Amino acid sequence: MLAPRALILRGPGTNCDQETAHAFERAGGVSRRVHVRSLTEKPTLLDDVQIFCIPGGFSYGDDIASGRILALELSQRLGDALRRFHERGGLILGICNGFQVLLQTGLLLPATPAGQPQATLAHNTSGQFIDCWVHLQATPGNCVFLRGLSQFELPVAHAEGRFATASDAFLDTLDASGQLVLRYADNPAGRSTNPNGSVRNVAGLCDTSGRILGLMPHPERFIEATQHPAWAGRLSPEAAGAGLAIFRNTLRAAGGDAG
Amino acid sequence: MLWEVDVHPREAGPALHGLIAAGHDLSLDLSTAHVAIGWLIEGDLDHATVEQLAERLLTDPVAEVCRVAAVDDPVLLTPPPGAQAADSRVLHVLPKPGVTDPAAESAREAMTLLGVDATAVRSLRKYWLPAAVPVAVAEQLAWKRLASDAIHDVAIGPLPLTRLSGGAAWELSRETVPLDGLDDAALETVSRERCLALTAAELRAVREHFQTLGRPPFEIELETIAQTWSEHCCHKTLGSPIDHESPCGAVRYDNLLKETVFAATQTVRERLGENDWCVSVFRDNSGVVRFDGDHDICVKVETHNHPSAIEPYGGAATGLGGVIRDVLGTGHAAKPLANLDVFCVAPLETPAAAIPPGVIPPQRLLHGVVAGVRDYGNRMGIPTIAGAVAFHPGYLGNPLVFCGTIGIMPRDSADGRVEPGDLIVVAGGRTGRDGIHGATFSSIELSSDSESQSGGSVQIGHAIHEKTLTDFTLAAAEERLFRGLTDCGAGGLSSAVGEMGAEVGAEVDLETVPLKYDGLSATEVWISEAQERMVLAVPPADWPRLAEIARQEGVEATTIGRFTGDGQLTLRWHGELVGELNCHFLHEGRPRQRLTSRYTPPADAAVTWSLADTSLGDLLCDLLGAADVASKEWIIRQYDHEVQGQSVLKPLLGPEAGPADATVIRGVLGRPRGIVLGVGLRHHLGPLDPYQMAVGGIIEAVANCIAAGADPDRIALLDNFCWGDCRRPESLGTLVEACRGCQDAAIELAAPFVSGKDSLNNVFTWTDADGQQQERSIPPTLLATAMGQIDDIGRCVSPDLKRAGNRLAVVGISSGDLAGSQLAVLGRVAGGRVPAVDFTACRAVFAAIYQLNQHRLLAGCHDLSDGGLAVAVAEMAIGSGLGATLDLAAVPLAAGTPAPTSDDLASLVTVTATETPGRFLLEVADEHADRVAAVLGDLPWAWLGHVTDDGQLTLQAGRDTVVAALPVPSLATAWRGPSQAQSSSIASV
Repeated sequence: MLAPRALILRGPGTNCDQETAHAFERAGGVSRRVHVRSLTEKPTLLDDVQIFCIPGGFSYGDDIASGRILALELSQRLGDALRRFHERGGLILGICNGFQVLLQTGLLLPATPAGQPQATLAHNTSGQFIDCWVHLQATPGNCVFLRGLSQFELPVAHAEGRFATASDAFLDTLDASGQLVLRYADNPAGRSTNPNGSVRNVAGLCDTSGRILGLMPHPERFIEATQHPAWAGRLSPEAAGAGLAIFRNTLRAAGGDAG
Repeated sequence: MLWEVDVHPREAGPALHGLIAAGHDLSLDLSTAHVAIGWLIEGDLDHATVEQLAERLLTDPVAEVCRVAAVDDPVLLTPPPGAQAADSRVLHVLPKPGVTDPAAESAREAMTLLGVDATAVRSLRKYWLPAAVPVAVAEQLAWKRLASDAIHDVAIGPLPLTRLSGGAAWELSRETVPLDGLDDAALETVSRERCLALTAAELRAVREHFQTLGRPPFEIELETIAQTWSEHCCHKTLGSPIDHESPCGAVRYDNLLKETVFAATQTVRERLGENDWCVSVFRDNSGVVRFDGDHDICVKVETHNHPSAIEPYGGAATGLGGVIRDVLGTGHAAKPLANLDVFCVAPLETPAAAIPPGVIPPQRLLHGVVAGVRDYGNRMGIPTIAGAVAFHPGYLGNPLVFCGTIGIMPRDSADGRVEPGDLIVVAGGRTGRDGIHGATFSSIELSSDSESQSGGSVQIGHAIHEKTLTDFTLAAAEERLFRGLTDCGAGGLSSAVGEMGAEVGAEVDLETVPLKYDGLSATEVWISEAQERMVLAVPPADWPRLAEIARQEGVEATTIGRFTGDGQLTLRWHGELVGELNCHFLHEGRPRQRLTSRYTPPADAAVTWSLADTSLGDLLCDLLGAADVASKEWIIRQYDHEVQGQSVLKPLLGPEAGPADATVIRGVLGRPRGIVLGVGLRHHLGPLDPYQMAVGGIIEAVANCIAAGADPDRIALLDNFCWGDCRRPESLGTLVEACRGCQDAAIELAAPFVSGKDSLNNVFTWTDADGQQQERSIPPTLLATAMGQIDDIGRCVSPDLKRAGNRLAVVGISSGDLAGSQLAVLGRVAGGRVPAVDFTACRAVFAAIYQLNQHRLLAGCHDLSDGGLAVAVAEMAIGSGLGATLDLAAVPLAAGTPAPTSDDLASLVTVTATETPGRFLLEVADEHADRVAAVLGDLPWAWLGHVTDDGQLTLQAGRDTVVAALPVPSLATAWRGPSQAQSSSIASV
């Protein structure tokens, strides 16, 4: 069968679109980078793809707040198109800034009846941007993106990644429904690698269908061993990185036979 | 109608913690204070509409609450939600009118998504201080910690604003500047008052030129000449004819730069013959060399010293933005791949009393420039992968900020050529009054008044405009829709159009340049240094397609004139001529002045030691914690050094994140060929021996690349000269010596210089408390950047120790010359000589290391630089957590250097801490030991010891004599301590 196709959204300030497209291709898919302007002019571009990915970056400079303006643009201009895309089985992946965007579009988590979002990605506790590697623990449940994954490492690079909810009750609901599928874990020396102060170490979460995932770590930055800071002299430069599995899973769930 | 929306965090966050810390330093208890973000929104809008904007766009209801009111509504001054005190003093900090406010611009664009058309938006920060804080103290707090004079307004109490927009279109007037009859003193006054940075001799040449035209120059013409002839734009000093005297005799240069640095490149290229891998050197906005079969790569490093001295955040950000555009604006456009940054600042612990008036304290300055690079580089999505921070008291008031970018372009697109008839297109950000006189300002020395005099020359960057401009430019380049391009940097359009049209001439209709706001005069439009703009030469047939790409990418692109072919630069305003300059005069008419320079080496001084109160182990910890040596993790982690997914050797390596030598990045995703970046800076040698300072820096930059696996036959060099007042023969003499060093090193290493930049006049003057005129100059500083290549990044080698049992070897000879070393900086040794570079030995060592790497015989490799051998092995251990044992007695020593013995601390310290250039420490698996020994052959080298799993660094003097034994975690603590201290003070600086 044909390789699954991914549409990688880009816009002003998106800056991880190329390596994300590359990661999908390395995993055996076909990817196409599309400017948000082109997509709003022609939402039917979504008809030709099985995967919609919002990659990392600083959309619109993350001015006002991270992902705020792109989220507003998507909600205002593509909200219905994206809902239909998801309803017909499409997969939606938001990485880092993409996660921040997804959360504010209401696609990932439902808003309150009054239209208020119930969760956010706030400023890191340190108040600082941080680029470092973290240890992660996945509990995939029905989340198709993380199937078969358990413990692995990925890099993070963000200033606003601290997951917080409007209420503890809502957090408990998410926890109980198994949507908190990815958490920061301890390193081998037993130190927490939570880089931002996220509540319950949340690094990523999925919607109830398991077909929308948002995560702060960057799987596209660890698709091959040479991207790891300790690879030289330890890992074979030809080996795959842990992040590649997420792209393979995505393609597999999209109906491809990604090897 | 002017509305204000205040957005209050529900919980105290970093902003409040920063405020409390700032208050603490001024003995203020601000624990009950509040901090909010505010937005001023102007337009024909009702309350409900603004409320909708506030709730849907400006507020995160999970974390924030908002308050909306007309700007003069007293409710905005009442205590914020959740406040305990009934009364407070409200402080506003907001960008000055005309200063770029990226967040406000984005907010205004976003409002259109909600169908709201605001005429103007401005962002502000708002502080509720305890009412007991007196106004004067609040002001002091604001100007010391919360606001920058150059870019901010501060208002205490109600905001005295009724509108944001304003200004009327400029009405044409042509000011002439009469020069006839003025003597040199009067000409210099004209130059100074107009901030032209032209000498009397230059103004006389201008006068003579205009006398032949029978009219005085218009202001706009004089400004154009000043920009074009500025030190910043044309290597005024380095390109001068110079009579040089030194102990080696007298030398006469007709053009110093051409006869040293350029000449070296020429020699190297001639020797390479048909294997010449240089493509475009010293010509374009960056230097271009061959990479793989279908790509060339380019590199440029710029300084942005003076703007950063006044406004560190904006200065560093726009410095980075400018060098990124240099790479983008090379040939038919290159894609920026990675950034580097190097900062030179005064010691962070410089006491307040020692800081002259008008000088930003070094710690605040460093945090500011780091934040500037962070916010700009991270938003651009270009990894910042290399850099350094260097400390010296001479940088007080004269900080150096170097920003560099490497880029990649399709092969054979390095040559841009403008044709007559091409349209002049300006793309990107709009033009405002930003940065007027930046080029001439940077050519003038700073004084304690600079901050107030030169605010207009400071710019604030808008990274997302640059990002979209980059996306647009690269998309247009792919379709070859322009014949050439350059960025608007120093001098703005005057330099960009002037340079591109230097051969053919150009005409520009200045009223067509899109403006941020009305009121700019033709001259201001022409010389504004508003950021994030590129100028393209576009064949008329390609304009419609180019305009379409601009629309798709959301970039404003406008034709403002055309290249003509008449050799004249013609400036119009609504059809009326406002200026006309002959291009030949503009670019070739500058009178060259013969300069004299003198170099007298400092007298030799006997070596004296101060080791009474210390031990080898303590000294090692002191060296690891020395400012130049200590970890820069607090900076590195703030930079996204992994975006684009191409970084292969990063600045922190190994399971425990130790330091790297060079960093390596793939040229193209998915392909094995890599680019290796190293920097070298031997600033402590500058005042002692400028020749060895230059040579040592170059060797260090190259050695970093070699250690990571680079091919020694493919290393391109860049020079950045930063000097004090070169009008003095003695200062100029040290510059000449450094140029000679560059020339020798490039030829000897067959490593051509491909680009460079100089920043002279790094002198700070002030009047001290006793009314005495004081002056401070930087140490002569050459930053050497080396861009190497590696054919397969799988062969990269990192310094961190890999496996217990592996052997350790040192390669290269160690001398006892300690002048200018970190040991000397610590005050443990004084006098003596600086280490001299032996080019032949370095070349042989570099070749051997490369050969070992090609055969994959090295488990690890680290170049020995600041702090010497013991620091190097400690860094290798820190990166891995493993230990090591070294026998210092085995180190090959230069003749006359005393062998280390356990009863002579000075001898032990010498061998561990000497910084003789061109040495490496190798980690080798046992099974490769014989092959390594065979490759190293009769080079000076020795097995020194091995890697251990005891987590301890053991130094011996002879087989069984332990002279120091230190747990690696203690070494790591010493090395990381200064970084952790900065990390925890980020919020409060």
